[in-house]
Amino acid sequence: MTTETTKETREAATVPPSGAAPAKKVPQGHRRLLTRRDRLTLGLMAGLPTVLHIALVWVTALASVALAFTTWDGIGFDSIKWVGLENFKELFTNNPQFWPAVEHNVVWFVVLIVIPTPLGLFLAVQLDKKIRFSRVYQTAFFLPVVMSMAVIGFVWQLIYNPDTGLINSLIGANEPGKYIDWIGDPDLNLWAVLVAASWRHTGYMMILYLAGLKGVDPSLREASALDGANEWQTFKNVIFPTLRPTNTVVLVVTIIEALRAFDLVFVFNKGAEGTELLSILVTNNIIGESSRIGYGSAIAVVLLLISLVVIIPYLVATFRKERRA
Amino acid sequence: MSSHPSPTATLNEALRAAPPNVMTKPRTPIRPARILLHLFLAGAALAWLAPLLWALYSAMRPYAETSEKGYVSWPDTLNFDNFTNAFTQSDMSHYFVNTMIIAVPAVLLTLFLSSMVAFYVSRFDFRVNLALLLVFTAGNLLPQQVIITPLYRLYLLIDLPGITMSGKLYDSALGLVLIHIAFQSGFCAFVLSNYMRTLPHELTEAALVDGASVWRQYWQIVLPLCRPAMAALATLLSIWIYNDFFWALVLISTGENMPITSALNNLSGAYFTDPNLVAAGALLTAIPTLIVYFVLQRQFVSGLTLGANKG
Repeated sequence: MTTETTKETREAATVPPSGAAPAKKVPQGHRRLLTRRDRLTLGLMAGLPTVLHIALVWVTALASVALAFTTWDGIGFDSIKWVGLENFKELFTNNPQFWPAVEHNVVWFVVLIVIPTPLGLFLAVQLDKKIRFSRVYQTAFFLPVVMSMAVIGFVWQLIYNPDTGLINSLIGANEPGKYIDWIGDPDLNLWAVLVAASWRHTGYMMILYLAGLKGVDPSLREASALDGANEWQTFKNVIFPTLRPTNTVVLVVTIIEALRAFDLVFVFNKGAEGTELLSILVTNNIIGESSRIGYGSAIAVVLLLISLVVIIPYLVATFRKERRA
Repeated sequence: MSSHPSPTATLNEALRAAPPNVMTKPRTPIRPARILLHLFLAGAALAWLAPLLWALYSAMRPYAETSEKGYVSWPDTLNFDNFTNAFTQSDMSHYFVNTMIIAVPAVLLTLFLSSMVAFYVSRFDFRVNLALLLVFTAGNLLPQQVIITPLYRLYLLIDLPGITMSGKLYDSALGLVLIHIAFQSGFCAFVLSNYMRTLPHELTEAALVDGASVWRQYWQIVLPLCRPAMAALATLLSIWIYNDFFWALVLISTGENMPITSALNNLSGAYFTDPNLVAAGALLTAIPTLIVYFVLQRQFVSGLTLGANKG
């Protein structure tokens, strides 16, 4: 036990903890009190979940990157062939679905950030006013967030179906010759599905903003009212600036939602013409007729790169703040 | 900036928030602006519920009647026949059982594993902890499609004769449980480590000096104190995993093995000629999530807002 302790001390002395060591509150003495069995336990506690997570999430993400430079029919490892940037070249120049898909992902994000996000903020501000039935209203707006995207897809089909749907029945467009094909028409279907997506996103944003508003110091509002500011001025000059952390979260969540969009479109029309998305193209290369592993991975890499551009700065900022706290 | 609450503070606040529909605040005098606001909110809330109410209305009418009179028409008969038919004809109970087989172990194991990581990261300030947390959280934010192609191949490659029905990780409940755990544990580890960090260090230090093993500190001291956060996460995870569509769509090939949310897609294919029946099936699928939401609304909302980094 004594040798154990001295060894530990020496180790702690020769390998000082990284950078911000003085700021750390936890005494290093912890380590010396740990028995060998404790350290084994700790290793397993942290190690097992980490191995599982890294194997299934990060190794596969890296494998996507590697496979993107190959062609493979999936039968035996010998048939993997290195083709360099061939997949990307074909993707960028020769795939009629790729650029529309990128465009639709961008449109998806723009619509979500321009319509349901401000609407959710507006609802949150109204519901934060200590009014009666606030909970009832909240429940109604939040209900779609609890349901699966698949169910939402089916519910909205009842509204958009050209023959039996609510809209066409109401406007008399459900007869032959007058059909408005909300689901099949490539000029309409993306917008139709975005209405359903916005319907869900509004409630999500409302809840995030409500939580943010709860954290706003009430005295700020009082001070602003004493200064004679009206409701809009108070919101614009006092409340909204203090919501900055929430806005960051909202922005990241919305971008990720736009990149992840899949279920709703798949249920709606399987990502047919007009509603192609990157996620749909990747999936079509697995379960669709054309199973091209390398090519599908190249699309996944595009998706990965866009995601990391968003995720990494956000997480770095979050963790830096946490370290300071 | 300083007014920004830490995620745990948000949790505590949300958990403490007033129970629904209880008026404790002093009554404000009725003002026209308030009435207008209520009219607006009631109208908007009704508009928000309209698609669901429409689905319910369609599901409660016989197909024969709607095909004759049209969908926008006054009902002659309203009943739950479509619901019972959808439930029995497509053997929905079978798919609900499939979902339970996947969701229950996935939720419990995710919480168990991620709380261990969180314990390690928050209580033992080894150098790796931040990097570890970063890896977990970033992994959780990736779109699922980024990893699906190699994952699909991996699941086809792993032979598990005698362990799963299919003999592989592919097309098995085990495969789905594993990917749910791997994918969701990042988010849970992040939330739980933030929560654990707010627990006083003296708790475990005293135990350590008394010679309690690391496992006992985790299991008997830290974990019981994390119950509110665990409850919020369990609610959230149950709904997410129940609602999962994508993993099962790609990683399950036998229709019989699908969980309910993904099976719905096949069911609607089989009964596409009867939209009323499909509507009933979709609503039946949503019922468990709605029950969980109404019963555990506060846990759900607090979990969502404290884990706001989740897409």
